[in-house]
Amino acid sequence: MKAPTLSMFTRKAEIEATPDIEAAALRSDRFRLQREGEWRRLEDILTRLEKGKLRKLSDEDVLELPALYRMAASSLAVARETSLDSATLTYLESLVQRAWFQVYGPRQGLTAWLRQFLGGNLSRAIQEIWLDICVALFVMVMGTIAGWLLVARDVEWYYSLVPTQFTDSRVPGASREILMESLKVEQSANGLSAFAAQLFTNNAGVSILAFALGFAFGIPSLLLLIHNMAVLGAMLWLFSSQDLTWEFAAWLSVHGTTELFAILLAGAAGMHIGRKMAFPGHKSILAAAAEGGQRGAQVMVGVVLMLVFAALLEAFPRQLAGQEARAIIGIFMLLFWLVYFFVYGRNRKVEDTA
Amino acid sequence: MSSASLPAQIRDRRARRQRTMVTPEGVALPLSIGSRGARAGALILDLLILSIATISLTLALFGTALGTRIEEGLEGMPGSLEFLFVIWSLMWFFAWNGYFMFFEMGPRGATPGKRIVGLRVASRDGGRLTPEAIVARNLLRDVELFLPLVMLLVAPSGDSGAAGWAAMLWFLVFLLFPFFNKDSMRAGDLIAGTWVLDAPKQKLAATLSTEGAAADGSSSVTGAAYKFGDDELSIYGEHELQTLERVLRDGRQEAIEAVAETICRKIGWEAGSGDERAFLEAFYAQLRAKLESDMRFGKRKADKFS
Repeated sequence: MKAPTLSMFTRKAEIEATPDIEAAALRSDRFRLQREGEWRRLEDILTRLEKGKLRKLSDEDVLELPALYRMAASSLAVARETSLDSATLTYLESLVQRAWFQVYGPRQGLTAWLRQFLGGNLSRAIQEIWLDICVALFVMVMGTIAGWLLVARDVEWYYSLVPTQFTDSRVPGASREILMESLKVEQSANGLSAFAAQLFTNNAGVSILAFALGFAFGIPSLLLLIHNMAVLGAMLWLFSSQDLTWEFAAWLSVHGTTELFAILLAGAAGMHIGRKMAFPGHKSILAAAAEGGQRGAQVMVGVVLMLVFAALLEAFPRQLAGQEARAIIGIFMLLFWLVYFFVYGRNRKVEDTA
Repeated sequence: MSSASLPAQIRDRRARRQRTMVTPEGVALPLSIGSRGARAGALILDLLILSIATISLTLALFGTALGTRIEEGLEGMPGSLEFLFVIWSLMWFFAWNGYFMFFEMGPRGATPGKRIVGLRVASRDGGRLTPEAIVARNLLRDVELFLPLVMLLVAPSGDSGAAGWAAMLWFLVFLLFPFFNKDSMRAGDLIAGTWVLDAPKQKLAATLSTEGAAADGSSSVTGAAYKFGDDELSIYGEHELQTLERVLRDGRQEAIEAVAETICRKIGWEAGSGDERAFLEAFYAQLRAKLESDMRFGKRKADKFS
């Protein structure tokens, strides 16, 4: 530790004229008056740090922060044993606590965090919840099949499964032409960006809900997944009944591969927390929940990013591109996500451990 | 605030919120869990700020939209209007989800509402408050707040039947989660590994022993010197000393007179009047000098009963 006594002395005079040290009748007050300058200097640095004015701090201040923090901590330790001045003690306690948050809580900049996040943390978090992803995938496939089977046995199910916003012209008994019409290519991009924004906010809201419900030991998020996929299964049945399976799949896959993947991840992340709390292993439930929650949060940030892509794809290529282009884009996006999540991160992990 | 003069019940409740964290330097730092009332207040403030901000932005966008409409005439939805609509729909998402995350990731670890009531978010294990933790604790807000409130409105109407009641009870568990654990964590805190702490910001008060009669033991009004003997000083302990300190710092005349009279009665002095402050300052300085020197020899006296 360096001893910046001289500079500190001049600074003290600048800040405030303190009473004469020798005039203090008590030893504990003399102790305090001798160190008060350092405390005030630390407080000044802390105030500026807390206001987020990191750039305005001089290098000298930043370098001295840890030293000043340790001095304040040792002052507190000494004062506890020698001083009965409660004003000084509470001041020091709050000062050391504030300094502790700044010294031991160095925050990463958002850009640095984002770089690490996109450069491997996201992929790793997704790989770590693979089991939940498998369960969610299974549930989603089962939901689709259930939706198909229900509607195939009794057409009335279609109306109770599919929300009204989709039942405009796409109802059982509609002719092939009408169904074709709903898959047609739009001529202009007018209004599509508004459509994309709406889609994004809606889907992101739903996926956050799926995640949050996962906290309740996973069951509600499973139900949400089953319901959503049953809608898909019902519509798939409708289009295939008119021999439009391929067209519908292409129309859906352009954004659907991204969007369904995102919903899958959101449900899996939610389930992960529930599973970690139900089976915490050798950790305490609280620690397991915190670990699962933070991992889930990383996945969720990825989900929101995916949904931005999905909304853009849904609004533009889906409405504007032709059938083959739709399928190609859809498959390409699926491959892209799979490689990014499961191959890219794996290489990084090896690098990290090496 | 004088914790000593508060009823014992409140003091108890406060002590229950105290936690200790040992810094790597080996100094034990007292932490205090933010009270549920303060947190509710902070949340209401935040929601108020958010509503005002989003509503005024909506109005501003609406005003701009009206302007473009007149310029462009009536040819469907013009591009500029569409752009405004995009901004508007994204604004809602980012305002309601991003507000809490943005501010809690800041150096103070608190939203404006929390800052006003003096709270901050901290990591429960004493480590760094990571962005992941902040995201995690804010993703659950829907389940903890908005859905339970919706359910509370919907279920009693009876439209949703028994399922509605079951859902309401289930969501109430999340809404009332902070009341069921000693750290007042909400469900979001639980899965993020965080808690909400009081963030006191104390000003350093002036030294008492360098001013007035405390310094030299004589009054500036009457010139009388107050000297106390050892038996007179050994009546009181640390608790009384700190009460006296508060009385002197608050500087309320009635309190000073009452305390001076009590002390005089206790140590058997004739209570005079007009010079109470100097008397108390001298008594404070000498009592503290005695207690602190005892302390250096390892003898502590917590209060007058010990």
